[in-house]
Amino acid sequence: MTTPVTSCPVTIRIQEDDFDIAREIAVLTKSRTDIGAVVSFSGICRADDDSAKIAALTLEHYPGMAEEEIRRHADEAISRWPLNGVTVIHRVGRFMPGQNIVLVLTASQHREAAFQAAEFLMDYLKTSAPFWKKEESATGTGWVEAQARDDEAAARWTKS
Amino acid sequence: MKVKYFAWVRERVGKAEETIEPPATVRTVEELIAWLSGRSEAYAYAFEKPKVIRAAIDHAHVKPDAAIAGAREIAFFPPMTGG
Repeated sequence: MTTPVTSCPVTIRIQEDDFDIAREIAVLTKSRTDIGAVVSFSGICRADDDSAKIAALTLEHYPGMAEEEIRRHADEAISRWPLNGVTVIHRVGRFMPGQNIVLVLTASQHREAAFQAAEFLMDYLKTSAPFWKKEESATGTGWVEAQARDDEAAARWTKS
Repeated sequence: MKVKYFAWVRERVGKAEETIEPPATVRTVEELIAWLSGRSEAYAYAFEKPKVIRAAIDHAHVKPDAAIAGAREIAFFPPMTGG
């Protein structure tokens, strides 16, 4: 879903296809002269986990809720930092090591807000957006377990 | 109401979604989990550790004590591992 061009357009997509980071940044910054910083985070399928070599990852999601949950966190990011644009693209399907899984772009006048908002969005994507990873390795296939360190990373953004 | 299952909850239950009509005595998410667990061994296995299970009502995360009255869609799934 893409909202019309306002001071902070938000693009959220869940797709099987790959994304082109340069193209997404160009879309985010097109015809804008108020953006001084774009932070880009890409999550990539890696082969080396703590235990076994991963052969492939399958990403499952809850259609409808996944988009809405990401939107809620994008809206919160916009309320917390002076952002000029947010793009979140999360892929679903089966991925091999080296392939892209997720892209977060945050645009702002200055780098600090863009860095912080990108980190905030990724921390909540990991712990709150309804996506699940299944791992295939030489030792078998199994669902990835949630990591306590991801919950701790998300918890630091909770307002006290 | 419609119920959806994801990831290993879906695999253990053996279906992605279904329509259920729990009795009026089932008022909360945790009561619904207990009621579902009693339906068959597959449900009992899926919900064997109810504290691990996450739930959403109409696309929003809810706690176990959330009321299910008026819910159109309830989903059950493991802790999320996206990103």
